[in-house]
Amino acid sequence: MRSEKANSAPLGLKVAAAAGLAFMHLPILLIFLYAFTTEEKSYQFPPPGLTGQWFAVAWNRPDVWAALTLSVKVASIATAAALVLGTLCAAAVSQTRFFGRETISLLVILPIALPGIITGIALRSAFSMADIPFSFWTIVLGHATFCIVVVYNNAVARFRRISGSLIEASMDLGADGFQTFRYIILPNIGTALLAGGMLAFALSFDEVIVTTFTAGQQSTLPIWMLEELIRPRQRPVTNVVAMIVVVVTFLPILGAYYLTRDGDQIAGAGK
Amino acid sequence: MTTAVLFDNVSRHFGAVRAVDRVNLQIAEGEFFAMLGPSGSGKTTCLRLMAGFEQPTGGHIEIFGETAEGVPPYRRSVNTVFQDYALFPHLSILDNVAYGLMVKGAGREERRKSAEDALAMVKLPGYGTRRPGQLSGGQRQRVALARALVNKPKVLLLDEPLGALDLKLREQMQEELKSLQKSLGITFVFVTHDQGEALSMADRIAVFNEGRIQQLGSPEEVYNQPKTRFVADFVGSSNVLSARLCQKLGLRAAFASLRPEAIAIAAPHNGALSLSGTVVAQSFLGATNRIVVDVDGARIAVASPAAHGIPSIGSPVTISFAARDLHPMEDA
Repeated sequence: MRSEKANSAPLGLKVAAAAGLAFMHLPILLIFLYAFTTEEKSYQFPPPGLTGQWFAVAWNRPDVWAALTLSVKVASIATAAALVLGTLCAAAVSQTRFFGRETISLLVILPIALPGIITGIALRSAFSMADIPFSFWTIVLGHATFCIVVVYNNAVARFRRISGSLIEASMDLGADGFQTFRYIILPNIGTALLAGGMLAFALSFDEVIVTTFTAGQQSTLPIWMLEELIRPRQRPVTNVVAMIVVVVTFLPILGAYYLTRDGDQIAGAGK
Repeated sequence: MTTAVLFDNVSRHFGAVRAVDRVNLQIAEGEFFAMLGPSGSGKTTCLRLMAGFEQPTGGHIEIFGETAEGVPPYRRSVNTVFQDYALFPHLSILDNVAYGLMVKGAGREERRKSAEDALAMVKLPGYGTRRPGQLSGGQRQRVALARALVNKPKVLLLDEPLGALDLKLREQMQEELKSLQKSLGITFVFVTHDQGEALSMADRIAVFNEGRIQQLGSPEEVYNQPKTRFVADFVGSSNVLSARLCQKLGLRAAFASLRPEAIAIAAPHNGALSLSGTVVAQSFLGATNRIVVDVDGARIAVASPAAHGIPSIGSPVTISFAARDLHPMEDA
């Protein structure tokens, strides 16, 4: 009786929830719509006409491809580094007790709590002081600082649920450290790493502030988009690129969502 | 007789805490050995020293004549049944049991067959395709046992193996463990805080307190002739008689233990010793009555057969017992 009552929310709340969701997602549809507009200088509503020509234009512009490959490369390497370092750090913090453990835990999370502009300025002055030229690798380093946090947070939550005796049981049954990692730890944290890795990739892929401070002459995709919006020519090309990015990233993120949801059930079934 | 496990003056300190303090013990091959003690007494640390999860701070450990210090858990012919069972949640029951064979590189078919045999041995045939989450506590315990035994260990370590089971299941598992141990002939070492469990299952018992072995002996010895006050208190519920009472009975000892069931509420005969006092408490326990008698300010518990009736509180009584039931103890 009570649960049925609790399940039914008042109409006003339903409308408010629907309006909130619409407010978040309708602008994304507008991006899609303007990818097909015939007007290239300004975004007038409704669009004067619809065309598919901007897809061909975008395909043939080398600056689009340069920005896209740079972003993919930066995000991949930053994510890979974060997966290794974040997992190691999570393992140390969750499986052992040592002096300063809480402090390290806080210091690892700090980069994501700090405003990006602080991280950006700090890294920029550090790179200058150390005479490191701004390059592809400085962007990767900048991104890795917050990618590690995302992986770490996901991994540490999962590690905490792996009882320490699972690892001891594996060693007891004859598995060395590598085999224990391969057969016991990885299957139990795999989905958490996948989710953390995808989130890290997505964060790196659309990062603007830290990139502005750590990039040299290169433009990553989001920085390229910002520059394009200022230019009054071929504006819908930006929308075409945005649309493709949304479509291409949506599927893996949906996948990660389902994977981690199942993962929770599997990992929780131990006891 | 071959020595399965040897502890020579073994210590394990955690900072200032002496979890295990100069322990000597020798466990024979094929023995069912219990380490009994309250939590924090060092019994589990001793088990972990045998398994290789801990390394001794001092002393020397041998397992079947081979030095164990510095040997990692995965290179010891010792397997453990964990208190929380520690089944791998992402693997099927069959893969859990076959895990030890898998990491040693056994073939798929051999693994499957050995694992199924082991499951049949613990009376869980046909459970291989299930997941640990689908099993009851008692069944998981059996899987943990099969997973350890499938590796044919020379020593099986059991950490509070029956602690999480309910009473009825626990009694059943006690019998099964005992008969399994007899038929396999493997040395079993188990840790427990339950004195009943240790007394009923073990060939020998080491009673631990504060990192040290207080007494090591057969269940009968530990129960009937506690060497120290701690053992008398912890194993069962012996009366501890003070030096003054001992003196009154003609015994020169700091303390003496006296089992409640060795005392009768009756006048002494055939040279038995006796004390007189007043009944201060009584309760009905089914087969026996528990009667507490105040003798010169010392409270002595008596387990008297229910058929003998209950004396009323405040009535004067004489208690008697044979001199051989009075065991002198060290002060510890």
